[in-house]
Amino acid sequence: MRVFHLKINGDTVDVAAPEHYTLLEILRYELGLTGSKQGCDKGDCGSCTVQVDGVPMLSCLVLPSTVESKAITTIEGLAVQHRSDGGEGASLLQNAFDAAGALQCGFCQPGMIMSAQALLESNATPNRDDIKQALAGNLCRCTGYTQIYTAVESAAKDGGENGCS
Amino acid sequence: MAARDKHGPDAPWGDGFKVIGKPNRKVDALAKATGEAIYTDDISLPNMLHSKTLRSPHAHAKILSIDTSKAEALEGVYAVLVGSELPIKYGVIPWTPDENVLATDKVRFIGDEVAAVAAIDEDTAIEACELIEVEYELLETIVTAEQALVTPEPPIHDDRKKRNNISKHVELEFGDVDAQVDDADLVVENDYYFHSTTHTAIEPHCAVATFGNDGRLTLWSSTQITHYVHRALSRVLEMDPAKIRVIQPNVGGGFGGKSDPFALEFITAMLSKKSGRPVKMLWTREEVFYAHRGRHSMQMHYRTTAKSDGTITSVDAKLLIDGGAYSSFGLVTTYYSGQLLTGPYAFPNYRFDSTRVFTNRPPCGPKRGHGSVQPRFAFEVQLDEVATKLDIDPIEIRRKNFLGENTTTINGQRITSNGFLECLDAVEEASDWKSKHRKMRYGTGIGVAGSMYISGTNYPVYPNKMPQAGVQLKVDRSGLVTVFTGGNDIGQGSNSMVAYCVAEEMGINPDSIKVVAADTDLCPVDLGAYSSRVTFMVGNAAIDAARKMRNKIVEAVAEHWKVEKESVRIIDGTVYNLDNDEETLSQREAFHVTEEKFDTLGSTGSYNTPTLGGDYRGGTIGSSPAYSFTSHVAEVDIDTETGEIEVKKIWVAHDCGRALNPILVKGQIEGSTYMGAAEVSLENYEMNRFSLHAGPSLLDYRIPTTLDTAEIEALIVESIDPEGPYGAKEAGEGPLHSAIPAVANAIYDAVGIRLRELPFTPAKVLAALKEKDEVTADA
Repeated sequence: MRVFHLKINGDTVDVAAPEHYTLLEILRYELGLTGSKQGCDKGDCGSCTVQVDGVPMLSCLVLPSTVESKAITTIEGLAVQHRSDGGEGASLLQNAFDAAGALQCGFCQPGMIMSAQALLESNATPNRDDIKQALAGNLCRCTGYTQIYTAVESAAKDGGENGCS
Repeated sequence: MAARDKHGPDAPWGDGFKVIGKPNRKVDALAKATGEAIYTDDISLPNMLHSKTLRSPHAHAKILSIDTSKAEALEGVYAVLVGSELPIKYGVIPWTPDENVLATDKVRFIGDEVAAVAAIDEDTAIEACELIEVEYELLETIVTAEQALVTPEPPIHDDRKKRNNISKHVELEFGDVDAQVDDADLVVENDYYFHSTTHTAIEPHCAVATFGNDGRLTLWSSTQITHYVHRALSRVLEMDPAKIRVIQPNVGGGFGGKSDPFALEFITAMLSKKSGRPVKMLWTREEVFYAHRGRHSMQMHYRTTAKSDGTITSVDAKLLIDGGAYSSFGLVTTYYSGQLLTGPYAFPNYRFDSTRVFTNRPPCGPKRGHGSVQPRFAFEVQLDEVATKLDIDPIEIRRKNFLGENTTTINGQRITSNGFLECLDAVEEASDWKSKHRKMRYGTGIGVAGSMYISGTNYPVYPNKMPQAGVQLKVDRSGLVTVFTGGNDIGQGSNSMVAYCVAEEMGINPDSIKVVAADTDLCPVDLGAYSSRVTFMVGNAAIDAARKMRNKIVEAVAEHWKVEKESVRIIDGTVYNLDNDEETLSQREAFHVTEEKFDTLGSTGSYNTPTLGGDYRGGTIGSSPAYSFTSHVAEVDIDTETGEIEVKKIWVAHDCGRALNPILVKGQIEGSTYMGAAEVSLENYEMNRFSLHAGPSLLDYRIPTTLDTAEIEALIVESIDPEGPYGAKEAGEGPLHSAIPAVANAIYDAVGIRLRELPFTPAKVLAALKEKDEVTADA
């Protein structure tokens, strides 16, 4: 066991966990942040994607000791951030996924949304190819991806109009 | 037939749809988008243990002994389970129960389950599994379907009446097939092969079980078929089903891969009973691959006879189906492989001879488009060959042989609505077919295919005369309507569909409806999410329940206002008096008035199929209250240097009856098409010569990323089915089928090679190109 000092969704937390636990295991099984999903535990599917200092990373391949000084954002943190920015409920991007029908089983979507959010933060006006490239590490088995592209494009458009993400 | 005749825009109270056909939000999507939605592995109970399974390293072996003493002695281990403790066999089809929770006498594939451990954490459970000592005696491994056919000994299942490795054989002939050969203007005869593929839902299977001190069992499981799991638990654990509660939390995708009862559901239950603590089991991705139940590989021989004008006169099929180690849905698969081909084209004479065999491979089962995707591939490629040889446009030959609506197929299936011609028109126009087919530059091409699929089946897995789907409504003084349904929402949106139907029929807003689903203690039985049955059956049951409730409300409010019932109308959650514009009631007020008159408010609705099917053994398998129709056009670009196939775009038109929510229907059409297209050259569930899976991971088994997926244009065709809920039929499986042969036929248009063996690898493309060049050179 080891105590990890982590900064997650704006909170500073100390977590005691076995040394070999991945960041995903800490999030899901120690902190109850079950929004990040485990689909393969090998870095193949992308459903565990979180942001570390704004960069999308596969939390199933991250040892918590390597991110102790960094800001970790999970899917739960997006709505937290949105509300602290004065918004209500879910974020613009999360709403866009809902409106576009991009959520079928929903299992890959927390990871997908974290990758898409990182894209929009670095490129507010992505074209279809930018979106495909940014989401290429997130497997979705339900949608065939089209409605996901629509969601990201619509969030980018609305974000541009409203001046926020 | 409850709900079908009085609803819709022509209903006595109706003036057009308020909810149906609109792009409403899903009832659960925002919870999924924010990470709030709970899936099985998100459940953690106080004092919960974790469990793991020991699996067989051998493809076929007798178990001589199992010694669990070292595992039991390990600190942190609370219970160990072996097969002899649960000797009763089960299987989703009641006629073929051949699965044990854990192996009792032998193992039948690499990955077959042998023993299980519950421990304080997963690491301890894994360590304990490694301490279990199993003594095996190896048996001959049956690796291929051909080998199984000629190898009756050793039988993989040696307690069956016949000592062989034939799982099921079906031979049916309608008309006189052989008599057509002499009179035909054209006979096309070829072999085809469809490889095995698997579902790879992104959520791995997971179960959590707890035995209360009152002797009641609660199981949460990532299943598509709560009701059948409930029945199977009762059978195997020898428990009163009234003491078993099965709950399906959100499911992270199914596609047929969660439609059997699985060992982990029994194991967690039994380990909880033994340890007195809640127990969870989460499969690794590797274990999900071993569980499989994916698409059967099929070796298919087809012979089609035709007249010179393109009219099909007969189709003859012989299929060899590799079932893997257990029966699963295999009895149905074997029938479906023949029974579902008799549309959208009229077959005047048809015969199929299908044999499913057992091999020492992970068991196959129902993958999206169960049993009919493989024959559809073969036949649609053969039909393209017929068109080419007769110099008929491939779309025209499909129109020419159109089965029609309100008719009966050669094998006795009743066809009602049929929008196949509109599907062909839609893809022809959208793809600009006429200016592309046979007119594109060498290396690029365009191809078409069509298909048909069931909207549920009238064969309810276990014979009974009770409804296939039931729905209950609770109408609350708060204004809330709670809908209880046994239907399994596995992401396809069935809970949303139920809310839309109830909202439309009651005249209220979907926001004032809450859906409670797939909990056997709370919800009336629905048979589950398989055979594309949920929209059709649960939708009709929901309308039935909602209409009864609406009638009560109208009656009570009419009495309250002292007007005729015809003067009361509910629109968007407000009740209007047509005789007096001033007089309205809110939904909540109307519920109060109704409760005053009728006491506590509730209603039930149900759906059962009419009597359907041909009058012969197996004639009801494949008969459905309605059929969906699909057509795909694919455009491809072939790299003749590398053999690589790039699918540029797929146009798909699907007759879903009526789109209850067009966004959700398009999602199903796009997702199906994507999944089908992936089976052409990317995905391959492959075993090596020792029957060991070649690469049980999402890296080796290549499901498409964003970069591998063609542009898909989904087109909705609405034929308005006379019996579907508001005219709806299925959309979740049909639009997969013809994607695959459409690509195959596009490859022929692009480079003139006829590929008949899936998957289409670059090596096969290059070999076929070389062969074509040699033939051309010889000529």
